[in-house]
Amino acid sequence: MVYLTRKAEFSASHYYHNPEFTPEENRRVFGKCNNPNGHGHNYTLEVTVKGAVDPKSGFVVDLKQLKDVMSREVLDALDHRFLNKEVPEFLTKIPTTENLAITIWQRLAPKLDQAQLHRVRLYETPDLFVDFYGEG
Amino acid sequence: MKAHLTRRYMFSASHRLHSDEMSEEENRATYGKCNNPYGHGHNYMLEVTVSGPVDDQTGMVCNLADLDGFVHNQIVERYDHQNLNLLSEFAENVPTTENLCIAIYDIVKRGFHKAHLERVRIEETMMNSFEYAGDL
Repeated sequence: MVYLTRKAEFSASHYYHNPEFTPEENRRVFGKCNNPNGHGHNYTLEVTVKGAVDPKSGFVVDLKQLKDVMSREVLDALDHRFLNKEVPEFLTKIPTTENLAITIWQRLAPKLDQAQLHRVRLYETPDLFVDFYGEG
Repeated sequence: MKAHLTRRYMFSASHRLHSDEMSEEENRATYGKCNNPYGHGHNYMLEVTVSGPVDDQTGMVCNLADLDGFVHNQIVERYDHQNLNLLSEFAENVPTTENLCIAIYDIVKRGFHKAHLERVRIEETMMNSFEYAGDL
């Protein structure tokens, strides 16, 4: 088993708000992340896949295929978007880094046929990242 | 759904690696220039990783303000701009970064209960880092 990680970057805006909370609760729980006009980050995504090394190609996965899937399923949908308003998952879920990592996993996992998704690591800033290893 | 969240913090401190159980020659042989009698310092980069289910109401593993508040008050305030050798946890333990990892892990494990502590990782310099995840 070999693990392979591919990085990508995207920039997006978001804000944190739960319609079930009062304005005071939203402000208390989410702080300045609750500002309704949003704010943005440069996200760094690391996608790690695992698998056996193919004896013919020497690859765990065709990097081009992985890059294409990441571009199509994640970057095209999230890059330079206001996540709360433009990404269907976040019409009902709060676009925290945790939920973003889970959403990215759910978008990628069914599309990867050569290798198995092992981990999605998403940096919101250099000081903060979330790891998601799937539901298991 | 369970996710891991990692946050990075910085502090600067001095230390001297020296064991009273060793002779001067043994100390010098074991610790090299880290044994210089007046000590030296590092900019420590601390990573704290916690895990837990992503809360449906907040989209979070735990509120970053809670984790930041705890680490600032209990860890950064304790160690930043201090001489580690003078602190009680290093009265009998050599303040190697291994022992610093264990000391910080114990403080977080004992005092922070809003998420499960997975791991403490410390970079002493850009070239070396240490991790402690509890006694497994």
